[in-house]
Amino acid sequence: MTLTHFLDIALGRLDWNALPFWDAIQTPDTLHIVNAAIVTAAASLVVLGALAVVVLLTRHGKWKVLWSEWLTSVDHKRIGIMFIVIALVMLARAIIEAVFMRTQQAFGLDGGFLLAEHFGEFFTTHGTIMIFFMAMPFLTGVINYVMPLQIGARDLSFPVMNSVSLGLTAAGAAIVMVSLVLTPFSTGGWSGYPPFTESSFNPGAGVDYWIWAVTLSSIGSTMTGINFAVTIYKERAPGMHLFRMPLFCWTALCTSILMIFAMPPLTVATALLALDRYLDFHFFTQDLGGDMMNYVNMFWLFGHPEVYILILPAFGVFSEVFSTFSGKRLYGYTGLVIATMVIAVLSFTVWLHHFFTMGQSPNVNVVFGIATMLIGVPTGVKVYDWMLTMFRGRVRVTIPMVYALGFITLFVLGGLTGILLANPSIDYQVHNTLFLVAHFHNMLVPGLLFGMLAAYNMWFPKAFGFRLEERWGYRAAYAWIVGFILAFFPLYALGLLGMPRRTVSFVEPAYLPWTIIAGFGALVILFALFSLAMQLWLSLRQRHANRVPVGDPWDGRSLEWATPAPVPEYNFPVIPEVFSRDAFMREKDLGQAYQRPAEYRDITMPANSALGPILTATGFLMAFGLVWYLWWLVLLAGGVSIAALIARSFVRKTTRIISAAEVRETHEAWLRQVAETRAVKRDQERDTSNRGLPAAPVSGAVQ
Amino acid sequence: MTTPSRHPGLNLGRAHPEAHHACEGLVFGFWVFMMSDLIIFGLLFANYVTQLDALAGGPGPKDLFEMKSAFIETMLLLTSSFTYGMAAYCLKYRNGRGALLFWLVVTLALGLSFIGFELHDFRVTIDKGGAPSQSGFASAFFGLVPLHGLHVATACLWMIVLIVQMLVYGLDTGVKTGLVRLGLLWHFLDIVWIGIFSLVYLGGLA
Amino acid sequence: MSETQRQSGVVDDKERRRELGSYLWGYGLALALTLPPFALVAWSDWPRVTLLWAIGLCALVQVVVHFRFFLHISLARQKREDLHLILFSTLILILMAGGTLWIIFNLYGRMAPAMLP
Repeated sequence: MTLTHFLDIALGRLDWNALPFWDAIQTPDTLHIVNAAIVTAAASLVVLGALAVVVLLTRHGKWKVLWSEWLTSVDHKRIGIMFIVIALVMLARAIIEAVFMRTQQAFGLDGGFLLAEHFGEFFTTHGTIMIFFMAMPFLTGVINYVMPLQIGARDLSFPVMNSVSLGLTAAGAAIVMVSLVLTPFSTGGWSGYPPFTESSFNPGAGVDYWIWAVTLSSIGSTMTGINFAVTIYKERAPGMHLFRMPLFCWTALCTSILMIFAMPPLTVATALLALDRYLDFHFFTQDLGGDMMNYVNMFWLFGHPEVYILILPAFGVFSEVFSTFSGKRLYGYTGLVIATMVIAVLSFTVWLHHFFTMGQSPNVNVVFGIATMLIGVPTGVKVYDWMLTMFRGRVRVTIPMVYALGFITLFVLGGLTGILLANPSIDYQVHNTLFLVAHFHNMLVPGLLFGMLAAYNMWFPKAFGFRLEERWGYRAAYAWIVGFILAFFPLYALGLLGMPRRTVSFVEPAYLPWTIIAGFGALVILFALFSLAMQLWLSLRQRHANRVPVGDPWDGRSLEWATPAPVPEYNFPVIPEVFSRDAFMREKDLGQAYQRPAEYRDITMPANSALGPILTATGFLMAFGLVWYLWWLVLLAGGVSIAALIARSFVRKTTRIISAAEVRETHEAWLRQVAETRAVKRDQERDTSNRGLPAAPVSGAVQ
Repeated sequence: MTTPSRHPGLNLGRAHPEAHHACEGLVFGFWVFMMSDLIIFGLLFANYVTQLDALAGGPGPKDLFEMKSAFIETMLLLTSSFTYGMAAYCLKYRNGRGALLFWLVVTLALGLSFIGFELHDFRVTIDKGGAPSQSGFASAFFGLVPLHGLHVATACLWMIVLIVQMLVYGLDTGVKTGLVRLGLLWHFLDIVWIGIFSLVYLGGLA
Repeated sequence: MSETQRQSGVVDDKERRRELGSYLWGYGLALALTLPPFALVAWSDWPRVTLLWAIGLCALVQVVVHFRFFLHISLARQKREDLHLILFSTLILILMAGGTLWIIFNLYGRMAPAMLP
């Protein structure tokens, strides 16, 4: 075997062209050099960032801690935190990409500074990351952390599978990050429509990166959905009937059901596209009987339920926020539950509105148009319920409330444009324009992202034992609201003026004022991102001043606030018994909070497992091998995955015991702390005297 | 009156308190996964139907499929579903490990011969010009039927692993719950096969 | 042997016979629903549409037989969440597969009549 032959097998189709600056060496004009500089800087950030993490871990000797307390941990709380860390890192990258795109369009009259290919990679990675590697991990992380605590469980039903879900999501995110260093990524948009993404038009590695990143994420999300649904059905504390669950758990349940049934169409669509590209199948090709409409149909069979996967948990968060910070029971609980279920079911009946203009008869369009408008009804019910929750409540405008108030206003506006788009004849006018881009950002930024940021501010003290810094927190929240308005409202106008989405440059001067305003809005959003970073940094520095060890800084209503902050691994020393909705508020009202349990018992917890990190590595390597045709790597990593799964099935000692004595010691120490802590009223909620013990309610009213 | 069922599939019942208890969550979770998988198959069936006439000048079902081998495969899989039922029956009523092992090995043999016949079938189909690169129709066939075969192969591997575990650990809770879940998968795959032989083979040859 | 144990022994024995019977019945019925479609396709000269209806009907009934006799699912005895799940899965399957066929064949009717059956 000659050396070249060996290299062919060892390196597949990986060659110098994969380097981000190679293009500029071949064609050294200004445009190419500018673009190469941007990509190379991004690639260096990825490499240097990874190196910095390695160096810091080594210098502080934290590798062992990382491995035994985080990576192999199957504790739902730690896995939830790791999901959110992935989401925040990916959020930063995708926002920076968005800023580049808006800046390009602000300078886009007759040119700009980005190559069309490069712009294509930007909008593809931005969309792919925001949906699959920001939104999904964020909401999965929040549900992971909060839901088991709210239903009074010790962990999810399948803790090791939870760790594997995290691993697959992380592997997918890593694939997207690696595509910055070994380029290119797909230019086919986050929806990856064939035949553009078929090998006849796109033979390179880009689309393959997209396919495997998305596939890893969708398999991970399916498993997450199964895990959450089974947990909610089977692990609730005694007395926690379904209709006593906090609303967030209901939205978690509906979201997980959507994940179980809506991720498969995506898996099928991407898998068949992969078969087309790798094995010369003809599912979606232009020739030999392929039909791209089958892809479009399947993609949106996933895609529409997906937007409700994203939005429902945020609805749940806002329900908790409105009732907690208004000091009132949630208004219209049953109505909200039914509305959530109706939305979940209806979300499976509207997917065609994503392709109204693709040639089916008006009858079909009308059916799906009406179904789409119907979703406005349960959503409207929710908005009224939230407003009535605040009505005559004692509203405290905390950071989560700023996000919530911004959400409720902006989301209604976005919803109205949705009703417009649900009408096929209007959709014909504005489809594929920036009007649509404005609409879905108007739903997902105030809806999903504000919801998740509100959740982050609300539950951070629970997870880490100290409140987040407030000044930069408020700045971030207001900058998000203002930045969103400036960045996206102009896009409605641009859409009506006829500017197509995903346009790198244009020749119509009338667009220019609007693109400049939108570009300015993007800078405000960049400031919001910066504020979030500052907030986190200052919070870490002020962590001693802002401690809330008792664990209930906001006078919360559900069971998670009945635990210390941070929460011990086993969550509850004794599984609580539930007698009503707002279970913890009832205890506080009756003066029965912070009781000493009659008896402590040994607690059985799931033991750590290396399966998650192993599958992270093999999943990443398999995907990477598939992208670059490194077949030896695919076989190797695949073999290791199967071997690891089989080996895991032979493990018989899957639990470990926490002794009653240890539980007693921890719990009694906390109870002593509770006894020593001064209770605060709500107007001291945001200063350092708040140690997480609220003053007891007086005849049901928060103090 | 019979006891209410805790989960789909055979309930191990009072004679196996620990495994029966462990099964509730595990089997429910696995059943949810089966339903998710069902959607995958449902979409591939729908996709197959839409591609029935996408022959691109190539051979169609009547040229490619053989009734005889489809019939043999159907009988193999149906019988294996029955023999797996016998295995589950032996597990539940403790008819001795020998009987259980016997039925499992019979099921495994039927499953493996099913895969053998199917692979042979695929070769014949490709030899007759029905390779997936030929047409949308051939692609749809090769997207649907081999996925079922892959499931059967995975189930066979799982069965081998469980048999080995049984020999190593005896019939402990892990093996019992594994067998109950594998049973769900096995019967589920037979149900999918009903769709395949009816729609793809008989529908194509009718 | 105590009284309760003896009683549970009796119940177990009943259940045991019932479950053995379930598998045998299942196998028999499944065979009775598999063989005729094959025979019809092989030897009958029924018109194609009638044949397809017959095949489809047998398949549908056989699916129910498998659910009932092999998977032990009966609407009366199942836990609430199992029932939810089965009914919801059926609903989603019908929506997705049925919707796909409706949409794609509607498209064919307008844009690719050659693809209509």
